[in-house]
Amino acid sequence: MSLDKEKIKHVAKLARISVDEAKVESLTKDLNSIFKFIEQLNELNTDKVEPLTSILNQSLRSRKDEISDGKIREKILKNSPKENEEFFVVPKVVE
Amino acid sequence: MADITNQSLNEIIENVKTKKISSTELTKAYVKNIESAKKLNVFVTTTFDQALDKAKQFDNKPNFDQLLPGMPLAVKDLFCTENTKTTAGSNILNNFIPSYESTVTKNLWDHGSFLLGKLNCDEFAMGSSNETSHFGNVINPVGDQLVPGGSSGGSSSALAADLTPATIGTDTGGSIRQPASFTGTVGLKPTYGLCSRWGIVAFASSLDQAGPMTKTIKDCAIMLEAMSGFDKKDSTSINKKKEQYSKNLKDNIKGLKIGIPKEYRVDNMPKEVDELWEKGKKILKDLGAQLIDISLPHTKYALPTYYIVAPAEASSNLARYDGVRYGYRSKQGKDLIEMYEKTRSEGFGDEVKRRILIGTYVLSSGYYDAYYLKAQKVRQLIKKDFDDSFKKIDAILTPSTPSSAFKIGEKTNDPVSMYLNDIFTVPVNLAGLPALSMPAGVDNKGHPLGLQLIGKALDEQKILNIGYAFEKNCGFKNEIKKWWS
Repeated sequence: MSLDKEKIKHVAKLARISVDEAKVESLTKDLNSIFKFIEQLNELNTDKVEPLTSILNQSLRSRKDEISDGKIREKILKNSPKENEEFFVVPKVVE
Repeated sequence: MADITNQSLNEIIENVKTKKISSTELTKAYVKNIESAKKLNVFVTTTFDQALDKAKQFDNKPNFDQLLPGMPLAVKDLFCTENTKTTAGSNILNNFIPSYESTVTKNLWDHGSFLLGKLNCDEFAMGSSNETSHFGNVINPVGDQLVPGGSSGGSSSALAADLTPATIGTDTGGSIRQPASFTGTVGLKPTYGLCSRWGIVAFASSLDQAGPMTKTIKDCAIMLEAMSGFDKKDSTSINKKKEQYSKNLKDNIKGLKIGIPKEYRVDNMPKEVDELWEKGKKILKDLGAQLIDISLPHTKYALPTYYIVAPAEASSNLARYDGVRYGYRSKQGKDLIEMYEKTRSEGFGDEVKRRILIGTYVLSSGYYDAYYLKAQKVRQLIKKDFDDSFKKIDAILTPSTPSSAFKIGEKTNDPVSMYLNDIFTVPVNLAGLPALSMPAGVDNKGHPLGLQLIGKALDEQKILNIGYAFEKNCGFKNEIKKWWS
C-alpha cells in the first residue's frame, strides 16, 4: 500500500503534530520507503501464531492502590511552562 | 602520578582504594579532560561543582567497601537526575529539571559514585548515529568525521575519549551495543527486566533496557552489579536475588557450546566483518568451547517487526509531551489543540516525528491487525527461534554491526539504510535477551569492530565469562590519539 499526502496529513492530525506544507512531500517519500520495508512481513503466514504480548514469563505485578507520596504540588508545578499558583494553565477552552 | 584517566574502572578503583589517588584528584582529572574535549560535543550538561563537592565528601569520609568508591560518572541524558536538567536530546525537554532520580542512577550513587554530567544522545534515543540530537552531532574520538554510533553516542564517545571511567546507556534496538562497537568499547544490554526502567525517559517500553558501557569486561560486570536489581516502581522488573557478577567472573569456558547463526552472514557485509567473526570463533574454539551451527530463520524479519513495535510504543509514550505540565510550549496556537500541534511540531525533531507518525498510523483504526498484530505474531516467531536454539547451546556469537563507524551525514538522507545498522542487534531486544558487544579488532581503515555474545534470559554471568576469556586472548587494544585536545 502507499501513503499519499492527504493520509499523512490525517495521521499528523491524529498525532497532534502540525506538519509544514513544504515538508509533506519529503515526509511522504520517507514514510513510503519505510512502509515498503515493513511490509516484508506480509511474506510470512502467521495465521496460527499467537501474538507475543509480554516478553517476561511473569504477569504484571499489581499493588495496593495507596498514596505513596504526596504534598509535592510545588515540585510538580515547577516544570510547568505556565502556571497559576495551584494550576497548570492552558489556552482558553470554553467560551 | 601518570594520567589515570586512560585506565579501566577496575584499575582506577584499586588506585583509589590504595590511596594512590583521591576522589577529588580523580574528579579534577576528568574535569580537565572534559574541558579540553569540547570538539567532541559529548556533554549536554556538566555538574562539576556538585561532583567536586561529592568527591570531597568521599575523601573526608571514604568507604572503600562500595562497588564504586568515589567514582565520578557521566550518564546518558535519558536518565532522570534529581535537580539536574534531563533533555533526552530533545528541544521539547530542553528546560526539564526532574524532581526525582531514576532507580538505575540512584543505585549507582548508592554504591559510592556521583554525577559528573549528562551525555548527548539521539533525540528520545531514536537514532543510530547521534545525528538526531537537538544538541548537535557527537564526534567519535576514533576520527573527526565519524559518528560515534547511537543512540548512546555521547556515552560511547565520552568513554573512549577518557571523559568518564565508565558510563551507562539505554538499548532499545542496539543503542548500547552499536556505539560500543563503533568506539572499541564494551557494552551490555541486560535481560529485559533486570535493570529498572523507572525514571528513564521512555521510548519503547517493551524493548527499553539500561545497561553498562565500559572499557573492559570486568568493568562491565562491576557496573551491572551496581545498577541492576529489583524495583517495585517498575512493573516489569524481575524479582530475583542480586548477583555478584564481578566476583564470580571466570575465564574458563571449556565445554561451553557456542551457536553460530547462519542468518547473520548478510549480503554486502564487508570482508573484514566476516574475517573478524572467524577470528572470534577460532579464539573461543581454542579456549575449549564447542562451535555449533544454528539457524534463526526469522532474523530478516526482526527489523521490519521492530519498525512497527517500537514506533507504536513510542507514539503512545510520547503523547505526554503536550506543552502543558512540563517541557517546551510553543508561543503560537490560538486554542488548545493548535497549542498542542505547534508545541509538538516545534519541540520534536524530524526522526522523532517520523516515528510518531508511523506509530500512530500502525495503531490507527483499520490498520491495527495488518501491522501491529502482525508484528506481535512475528515477534513470537523470532523469540521462538532463540528459545529453540538455546535448548542446545549456551550462547550465540555474531558480529555486533554490519560495518564500522560511518561518516557524519553519510546515511541521514535514507532512513532505511540508517535502520539497517541495527540488523544484528534488534532481534535480541525483541526476544528480551541479554547481549554483550565486545571490541574484537579493526577494519582496513583502522576503525574498531565488535563481536556480539547473546545469552539466555538472565544468563549475564555466562556471557560476561565468555567475554572475559575472549578479551584476554583477543589482543585488541583501543589506540585512540587525542587529536581533539
